[in-house]
Amino acid sequence: MFGLDKKDFNLFLVVAAMALLAPFILNPFPTDSALAQFNAGYPDLMQRFVIFGIFAIGFNILFGLTGYLSFGHAAFLGVGSYSAVWVFKLLGMNVLPAIALSVVVAGLFALLIGFVSLRRSGIYFSILTLAFAQMSFNLAYSVLTPITNGETGLQLTLNDPRILGSSATADGSIPVTNLLPGLEIRSAYDLVIGPWSFTFNVGYYLCALFLLLAFYLSVRIFRSPFGMMLRAVKSNQQRMHYTGLNTRPYTLAAFVISGMYAGLAGGLMASMDPLAGAERMQWTASGEVVLMTILGGAGTLIGPVLGAGFIKYFENIFSKINDNVLHGWFAFMPDGLEDFIVTIIHPFIGKGWHLTLGILFMLVVIFLPGGLVEGGQRIAKMFRKKSEGTDTHVDAKHPAE
Amino acid sequence: MGILEVKDVNKRFGGLQALGNVNLSVEENTCHAIIGPNGAGKSTLLNCLIGKLIPDTGSVMFDGQSVLGRTPYQICQMGISRVFQTPEIFGDLSVLENMMIPIFAKRDGAFELNALSNVFGQRDILEQAEKMLEEMNMADKRHMHAASMSRGDKRRLEIGMCLSQQPRLLLLDEPTAGMARADTNNTIDLLKQIKDERDITIAIIEHDMHVVFSLSDRITVLAQGTPLVEDTPDKIKGHPKVREAYLGETA
Ligand SMILES: Nc1ncnc2c1ncn2[C@@H]1O[C@H](COP(=O)(O)OP(=O)(O)OP(=O)(O)O)[C@@H](O)[C@H]1O
Ligand SMILES: [Mg+2]
Repeated sequence: MFGLDKKDFNLFLVVAAMALLAPFILNPFPTDSALAQFNAGYPDLMQRFVIFGIFAIGFNILFGLTGYLSFGHAAFLGVGSYSAVWVFKLLGMNVLPAIALSVVVAGLFALLIGFVSLRRSGIYFSILTLAFAQMSFNLAYSVLTPITNGETGLQLTLNDPRILGSSATADGSIPVTNLLPGLEIRSAYDLVIGPWSFTFNVGYYLCALFLLLAFYLSVRIFRSPFGMMLRAVKSNQQRMHYTGLNTRPYTLAAFVISGMYAGLAGGLMASMDPLAGAERMQWTASGEVVLMTILGGAGTLIGPVLGAGFIKYFENIFSKINDNVLHGWFAFMPDGLEDFIVTIIHPFIGKGWHLTLGILFMLVVIFLPGGLVEGGQRIAKMFRKKSEGTDTHVDAKHPAE
Repeated sequence: MGILEVKDVNKRFGGLQALGNVNLSVEENTCHAIIGPNGAGKSTLLNCLIGKLIPDTGSVMFDGQSVLGRTPYQICQMGISRVFQTPEIFGDLSVLENMMIPIFAKRDGAFELNALSNVFGQRDILEQAEKMLEEMNMADKRHMHAASMSRGDKRRLEIGMCLSQQPRLLLLDEPTAGMARADTNNTIDLLKQIKDERDITIAIIEHDMHVVFSLSDRITVLAQGTPLVEDTPDKIKGHPKVREAYLGETA
């Protein structure tokens, strides 16, 4: 269906259901319950899940298929954000032109960087992309300040021309981003059912639709002759050359496509909150998307989305647990024991969430080299074995799920 | 004029003269065997034909055009395919996908951005690949991970991949090494059949004299980077210099 075979189509349906029902799925706990802090169903965070999901899906087209590990992909995300904010400043507050321009500009930028970096492979390629990204970061931070507004970051002001909109609203404030005239990105509807509350936000659903489009395209690419060639690049470049294939345009096309995905993520980020700063281009941001992809399962279809969700959940939820919260949880214990346990857990929560994430990341890489997807497959296999009592046949037609 | 003309090719690796003044002419639609002891420079010679190595001096002409200065993929697109001494296949891909890639390369050229169609929806390519697997007796292995096959199977796959491109010149570097006897005989039969049916020129490096004498029309004996003699199989069998230098223990 829609050019997907049955298995892929089902996977797409699962992703679509998860994305569209996210406000419910991520808010399983009643608003006033003690567990409510594990709820992730607020627009801001849901948008981030989805935007980083798009970023990681694109990154996976390069890294997962060709094996070329870019350490500079945040540069494309940053360029996308700057482009979008400039559209808001010059043109108007509709997000669609802004998003379109971020994709195009990031694609052109990726063409330039990819053209140079792809002259090398392996570690040298990674270093070249890292160098380019750091260069872009420094340019944005301190050199190209008329375009990027340096340290402060690019923001909207009341003096922006906005030729298709207005510089200021009737009450004298800066206008907000919209999808259609009158349909603001930030507008939301709260559905209250008993003690539960679910928020449906225009911005989130816009991001979710782009995620579905991004995911759909990535499935098509994975299953296409082009995708097969990219996997062949990873497997044996020599053989490709002696088979009459020029690998350079293949890797460059993958690089540009993944750069455009990053640009889309950057454009969406700026559409949700119209500002852009150089820190979006920093190497830590580039490293994060690498972690997401590997954690979820590089080269798999759904892995990057899972990895992005996992890391963003940790970043936002675990970092908010502090000692007071812990004391609340363990209050039933005798005082001494309570303090002891809180002291032990303390380094792993709040600001220490990186530590927890780092440990989890190591465990996954060591025990599940295929990432969270491999974990899921193993569990599924265990169940299938129990129910069928036979070994499952591995279909090489679907090396990546 | 042969379809392949190698003239005065020299190649040094540091102090080692791997090829010294090699001259070789291969007639169109014949099978030319290159034999010689280990380290004679046989693989190095093939490397110079496909752009993997560039000779220090000399010229290599294929069908009247120089291959020197062209990249490996351009040389392949001219119609030269090679089977390597250690199998070069796409280990992470399925056997069927391995077979489809060269057919795509033949149909679409060096690059084609075909990102939205389904690989297995390309009927013509799929059929050709299945047919080739059938011919190679590998149809039952089509969904196997190529890396998980035996060395002999990998080599048969590689031969099939090269044949599927219908090259005008096929270079085989010890194609039957590591194969079971039955597979070796199958491969000989297949190559014979292809030689009879198609316009194809074959240059084969082989230590197995049974294979050499069943296939070749002419044989060049290479020793220490220089051709010793070149003649028909019958003459080579009886040649005293060859018996001494190479065939001593096998003939
Ligand atoms: N890339 C290289 N760098 C340095 N020396 C090389 C290289 N390739 C081959 N040689 C050397 O050149 C000589 C010829 O090697 P070659 O592989 O052509 O021999 P061969 O006739 O194919 O032998 P075999 O029958 O063992 O395959 C050997 O001494 C080898 O060590
Ligand atoms: Mg050799």
